[in-house]
Formats: sequence, C-alpha cells, structure tokens
Amino acid sequence: MTGGAFLLEARALVQQFPRTGQQPLRVLDGIDLAVRPGEFAAIIGPSGSGKSTLFNIIAGLDRPAGGEVRIDGRVATGHNELVSYMPQKDLLFPWRTIQDNAALGLEVQGVSRRAARERVRPLFADFGLDGFERSYPGQLSGGMRQRAALLRTVAMGRPLLLLDEPFGALDSLTRTQMQLWLAGMWQRHGWTVLLVTHDIREAVFLADSVYVFTPRPARLAARIVVSLPRPRTAQTFLLPEFAAREQEVLGALGLPAQEPGRSSTEAP
Amino acid sequence: MTARRLWRTLWPPLLVAVAVVAGWQLVAQFAIRDAQVLPEPSQVVSAGWRARGDLWQNTVPTLRETATGFALSFALSWLIATAMDFSDAARRAVYPLLVASQTVPVIAIAPLFVVVFGFQLLPKVLLVALATFFPLAAALAEGFAAADGDAMRLLRSMGASRWQAFVKVRVPGALPFFFTGLRVSITYAIGGAVFAEYAGAEYGLGIYMQRMQGVFRIDLVFAAIVVIAVLSVLLFASTYALERLVTPWRRYEPRRGEG
Repeated sequence: MTGGAFLLEARALVQQFPRTGQQPLRVLDGIDLAVRPGEFAAIIGPSGSGKSTLFNIIAGLDRPAGGEVRIDGRVATGHNELVSYMPQKDLLFPWRTIQDNAALGLEVQGVSRRAARERVRPLFADFGLDGFERSYPGQLSGGMRQRAALLRTVAMGRPLLLLDEPFGALDSLTRTQMQLWLAGMWQRHGWTVLLVTHDIREAVFLADSVYVFTPRPARLAARIVVSLPRPRTAQTFLLPEFAAREQEVLGALGLPAQEPGRSSTEAP
Repeated sequence: MTARRLWRTLWPPLLVAVAVVAGWQLVAQFAIRDAQVLPEPSQVVSAGWRARGDLWQNTVPTLRETATGFALSFALSWLIATAMDFSDAARRAVYPLLVASQTVPVIAIAPLFVVVFGFQLLPKVLLVALATFFPLAAALAEGFAAADGDAMRLLRSMGASRWQAFVKVRVPGALPFFFTGLRVSITYAIGGAVFAEYAGAEYGLGIYMQRMQGVFRIDLVFAAIVVIAVLSVLLFASTYALERLVTPWRRYEPRRGEG
C-alpha cells in the first residue's frame, strides 16, 4: 500500500443534474469521506439522499460536478481500476453458471474463462456456495444469490469494495443471517468496505464508522465512530453500546428517539 | 420433454386436425363429388404416395432455397441489428427501411426478381431472405436494447469495453427475443421459396403445384400443400428444440412475458 493513511479519500464532492427550465438539481453538496485500509465504513441517509450517486462517482462511472476522489493516494476521479462495485440488485446473469458469474470480472480484464474459473473456485467454500459452481442463478435462494454477487465482487481482487444496499431486497431473517455472515467474512479477510444502507441496525452492527447524510442535497450530518468489540456476533446486538450507537444515528438522521433496545430496522 | 408431456401438447391440435380432415372427407365425398374441384383427403394421400418420387425431387430444391435464404437472412439480421445497437445513426437510417421491406408483397415482387436475377437459385434465396428478415432483425434489435442499464454499469465498473459488454450481456440477453422472432420468421420461409418458384423455376414445390394445376391434378396440388405444411410445422417445432439447446438456463427462470 503506497500513498497516505487512507485508501479512499473523497474531498468536497458535489454532484448536480440539469433540469429543464429550472435550477440544476443538486444531489451532493460537499461530501468528505476518508476510509482507512481494512476499515468497514457505512453510509446511511434518507431515501433519495444521493448515496447511489456518490457510489457512481467513487466507482468511476460518473464524474462529479466538483471535488475529487483519491484511491490509494492517486486521483481516481472519473475512472476506476481499484474499486469493485456490488449493485443493489444482485445482477447475476441468468445465462451464466455461478462460477462463470463469479469469473466475469476477471474475464473482462482479459483472463481466459478457464483461468478465471480456476481462480474463483477456491472462494466457493468460504462463501457457503460449495457444490453450486455449476448451478444457474435461477436455482439459488435470495441469500445465496447475494453471496454469489459478493463473491463476484471480491474475486475482482480490487482493494476497495463498494456495497450498495446488498441485503435490501432480502427478508428480515435472511438479512440478519447475511449481516452476521458478512461480519465474519470481513473479520477473516480484512477487506476495506464502503457500505450504503437504509438499515440503521445493519450500519451500526457492521461498520467501524457510520457517515450519516442529510436529505437532498446530501451533506454530512455526522460521522459516528462505532467501537463495538470485534469479532461481532449475534451477542453484539444485546450490548448497551449497540443501542446507544443506534440512538446516536437516529438522532443524527433527525428521527424521534425510541426506547433503548427496541429494533429500529427500517423497511426496505 | 417426456412422452407424457409431448402427448399432452399434441392431442388437442391432433384432435382438431382429425375433425377437419373428417369434415373435408365428408364434404368432398358427398357434397362436391368432383376431384377436379376438391379431392378427398384419402385421394390426396394415395396420389401423393404414388407420386412420392416426384414430390421428393421437387421438395429438395425448395428446402435448399429455404435453407440458403434463411442463412442469408440470419447473417444479415445479426449484422444489421448489431450495427443498429452500436450506432444510433445506423438505427435511424436503417429501421424505417426494414419496416418498408416487410410491407413489400412477396407475390408482387417475385416475378420481378426472376426477371432481374434469372431462373436459378439467386432470386429464390433473396425472396426467402426478404420475407424472413424483418422479424429476425427487429426482435434482435429489441433484445439488445432491452439490456438492463444497471447491468451495463456493472460491466463498465469492471472495466469492460463496449464490445465486451455487448458480447457478454446484450447478446445472451437478446436470445429469448431472437427465438420469438425466429418462430415468426421461419413460418414465412418456405412460403417465400414457393412464391419465388411460382414465378419461374425448373424444380421446386411451387412450380410443381403450378404444373399439376395445369394438368388438372388438384389431388397432387393438395399433396404438395401437405408437404409444405408438414415441413413448416417441423421447422417451427425445431426452433423449440434449438432454443432449449442454446439457452439451457431458461428452464430455471420464472416465466416471463417476452419469450
């Protein structure tokens, strides 16, 4: 790892979209982020607050109207070789088997399909997908599909993972299972993750730091450090500090505080 | 497909076909009673069987024209749909012409093609291509354009080129559309060849029908029609077999409207 203490630095990001006959619609209004290598950061904000817009900029898909993205110390605004992006929908291609879906990113980078398969296959056991290498996405459950989509994201071998509401479409029970699983995977692999979520519980449970966005145009309402002990397990949900951090995020979102200990999970 | 499912698919149309043939037999035998006007089905079958050598001799050229013309149509439709997908200018320039090509009546243009291109294979191949090209190209173009915008962004985030995204996402995603178009267009294919032969040929089911009409062998005209119908249905059915072979994942997908 060369260049500074941060893997991802976003400085004063501004994004706006033209509207006919009106002022341009400002979506991001000066966003600063700094994510250290191996850190799990989460972004939470009201619907339509520009979280996906921010992701598109960090993933190099869109250019911001202002500001700059640095990844691993280098300016990465408008292009991307270091970020691996997992979109909201799992977007597994129905015509590819799971192993070929997982290998897609490597194939696109010029690795032959055979070599790409060889490289992703060892990951299957770890992702709980052993034996499903040759299955089609249509044969998998929702949770398995999300694990496969994450496997594809990780298999790219890029240092920063962007996860855009990865569990948003899952039922509540499966979502909790996936959160526990992701916490364990992060613990073992030491990925650097930037997660966008609507789910306060998910953000607090998984992240080291939670960035809270204001409604559009998005500014930073708060950055909340979550120093809950690692590894995080189902017991973590019961800790008083967990409830305290949840309350803090709720407060930063401007929502009325609830009784401590009550679930504050928002419906997707 | 299991034998049981095959039977469940086949018995309703077979039942209707048997009823129609029985009705035809009754009308021909007891009402019309003139084989020059409407031969009985049994006469058609026995005459066709006796003339099987002639029928076969005339079926082979028709099949050859159909296959060659369809191959041309297939190649052209992929080429043009791909060009339309990559270039908006190409789409705007070509699409109205495609639509116009479909409105050209094959019966009217067949004699013209024979005059211009001669009595050999070429005019028939071109007519088959003309008759089958539009449904294929239109289905493909629509299939390419139906690719999920988020999927294209995902590919871009992986660093894929426009061509890679086309090959890895747009083409496989368009296959269900393609097979729908294929089923529409393949039913025109043999008809296109027969029309072309009508306008002038040495051998072929079209010219055979015309000759038999000339010598008042209406039973053999009907026999040729039966051959054409059977071949068309076989071609149509073969598209399902091909689809299962080429898109094996589709049996795991929830049923959707487009295919």
